[in-house]
Amino acid sequence: MDVEILSRIQFAFTVSFHYIYPPLSIGLGLLMVIMEGMYLRTGDQVYEKMTRFWTKIFALTFGIGVATGIVMEFEFGTNWATYSRYVGDVFGSALAAEGIFAFALESGFLGILLFGWNRVSPRVHFLATIGVFFGSMFSAVWIVIANSWQQTPAGYHIVGEGIHARAEITDFWAMVFNPSSMDRLMHVWVGAFLAGAFLVLSVHAYYLLRNRYVELSKKAFKIALVVATVFSLAQLMTGHKSADGVAHHQPAKLAALEGHFDTLAPADMYILGWVDKEKQQVSGLKIPGGLSFLTHWDFNEPVTGLNAFPEDERPTALNAIFQFYHLMVAIGMLLIALTLFAAFQWWRGKLFQQRWLLWVFAFAVILPQIANQVGWFSAEMGRQPWVVYGLLRTSDALSKVVTANQVLFSLIMFTFIYALLFALFIYLLNKKIKHGPYEENMEDKRPHQREIADIFESNN
Amino acid sequence: MATFLGIDYPTLWFLIVGGLFSGYAILDGFDLGAGAWHLFFKKENSRRIALNAVGPVWDGNEVWLVIGGGALFAGFPVVYATMFSAMYIPFMLFLAFLIFRAVSIEFRSKEPMKWWRQMWDVSYSVSSIMLAFLLGVVLGNVLQGAAIGPDFEFQSSWLDFINPYAIMVGITTLALFMMHGAIYLLLKTEGRLFAKLTILLKRGIIFFIVAFAITTLYTLIYIPHLSDDFKRTPVLFIFPILAFLSIANLPRLASKRKYRQAFVFSSLTVGLLLALVAFELYPVLIISTVDPENSITVYNAASSEKSLGIMLTIAAIGGPLVAAYTFFVYKTFSGKVELDETSY
Repeated sequence: MDVEILSRIQFAFTVSFHYIYPPLSIGLGLLMVIMEGMYLRTGDQVYEKMTRFWTKIFALTFGIGVATGIVMEFEFGTNWATYSRYVGDVFGSALAAEGIFAFALESGFLGILLFGWNRVSPRVHFLATIGVFFGSMFSAVWIVIANSWQQTPAGYHIVGEGIHARAEITDFWAMVFNPSSMDRLMHVWVGAFLAGAFLVLSVHAYYLLRNRYVELSKKAFKIALVVATVFSLAQLMTGHKSADGVAHHQPAKLAALEGHFDTLAPADMYILGWVDKEKQQVSGLKIPGGLSFLTHWDFNEPVTGLNAFPEDERPTALNAIFQFYHLMVAIGMLLIALTLFAAFQWWRGKLFQQRWLLWVFAFAVILPQIANQVGWFSAEMGRQPWVVYGLLRTSDALSKVVTANQVLFSLIMFTFIYALLFALFIYLLNKKIKHGPYEENMEDKRPHQREIADIFESNN
Repeated sequence: MATFLGIDYPTLWFLIVGGLFSGYAILDGFDLGAGAWHLFFKKENSRRIALNAVGPVWDGNEVWLVIGGGALFAGFPVVYATMFSAMYIPFMLFLAFLIFRAVSIEFRSKEPMKWWRQMWDVSYSVSSIMLAFLLGVVLGNVLQGAAIGPDFEFQSSWLDFINPYAIMVGITTLALFMMHGAIYLLLKTEGRLFAKLTILLKRGIIFFIVAFAITTLYTLIYIPHLSDDFKRTPVLFIFPILAFLSIANLPRLASKRKYRQAFVFSSLTVGLLLALVAFELYPVLIISTVDPENSITVYNAASSEKSLGIMLTIAAIGGPLVAAYTFFVYKTFSGKVELDETSY
């Protein structure tokens, strides 16, 4: 294998693994802020226990997120040196802003969030929780802006020629608010909220099924369900806005997402399908003219197809892009159906009697994770063969001095380390969940035992 | 060329990036140093206290590296690209150890089994030692220069980076951080662990002074170009003199048991030594050993004036914020370590 494919595999692998964790941190951050806010408002100890419990799980996801995040920053220089030279002037300011506004904020306050329970007042602790949550939100801002700039470059000009060409920034705010950045940021944020909310739903559904921490779990489940319902609906809108942006600014990518080949024909929208690249055909279940309708509000309006682009400016892995994109959309719809149904059961007052529904939620944690991953796959693969859309090809962006053997070495190294990390993560997550929010023998089903237990606990 | 306080932007960014890496070296330096001593503590309780001395702050300290790296990428993309791709293997190993250190701190106390804790203790300590050493190796190579061709690409094999000088700088960096870390731990511990650390600190100071003396002689004899600037501008001698005075002050403060002051001076030593290095190099960042014409300087590697100006604004807004809450966090966790249910 050559350096290009190995470097792409390595970057994709390290960034995908990393991306399991930051969405969880952002989503759990939101839930922790709500839970701790409820605790301050009501003074109810249950909310405090809930917050402390989720803080511990947050620490786990955050720790792995930080440890695996530095890898990508380094990889820009180690594996993609030409890219770094080309975009450094533009990309650098976003990365610098990320470091100073986001990372410093979240890791600064993390110490207080985790270790400060007994050292600062509840209000100051709450401020630290908010600080960490905002920090994690900001960290998404700058990196998504930087990535969006690669999708829809703006606020720059090109200096130099040939191998010496590079982008220089001309307008910072045009770079920040490039055509796709805000839509994609919303989409990423909401995806992260869903990842966090579904983890909370899953763990507390599991407790309810096992009849453990019942009172606490019911409260936590409801908080998370509200968040999950609101944001799975919101995701439909941010998703549509993002796709609309792709239609206007990256037509080749849009055509690849829906497998649309004909240059000037109305485009269909597929629910399910299979792309035959040779025959230029998609077979599957479709809404005729659906894509035309969503982009132009007219079923018969033509949409630019893949054949309108030169062969070497089209993405190549068409079926993969198509499948990843459709899987993301399908999961999005499923999450809406699931949360609305649960909300309806709640309204009927039967939410916690439907054991099968709790089982569904216990496993549904995987769905937003898959959607987040495949969504990024389709976004990044759909941008190919460009690393900066229309400006710099991925094949030209490599480090010239790095050999295939070196990349192979580091790829194997990361595979081992990440396999170990993932095993540890699952093991410790499971342990923390099994251990639960508080010592269980405190719980007793007889009347008033709960209150007595609380008094004992608060005296300790 | 645009200037700020009479300093042109590339030079200013050279100072900012230098300041960030110095901040990283001072802050994570004591974490790494504490980690390097970790296996010298035999008792479970001592190890937990040592770990929790860095527990609430190591992560924030590591962020200085992330910001420093980001600033280097943003301010001098050419350096970032050339250096990182040339030293591919050392940087990959550095990443691996960085991950292992974080994971070891995070996981060590999660299980009571002896083998589990011993395994993570070893991994924590080895990672800390290797991180300090690799940082020194990178610094040593930057000081010596590298085979950089006319297109700013590295022309030789990465094995070039493993050479006696770089290894010597690596050992000296490790010694410096161990001394610094021992002083930090003295501020955070009590009782028998404290007593043990007073002895370890004495050894640490001797280790550092010997390593530093060898490296200094090595530099003067074999890498004369590094002292050229000092020959030309004698007033710059103030930096080596201050650094030597600061180092000389450390054994005195240690024997008087003034550890708070000793910590100030060991931090100062780290900062002064890096400032010394920075003045030796400036305006060159990486000297080309092939042809001095190919050397990467602050001017030919810097981003555009516009970009540097924008980032200056970002730094001016963000810097005071970071300083404010870093101060707040250290204040919250000042004093000796007390283990509670939230500790590692």
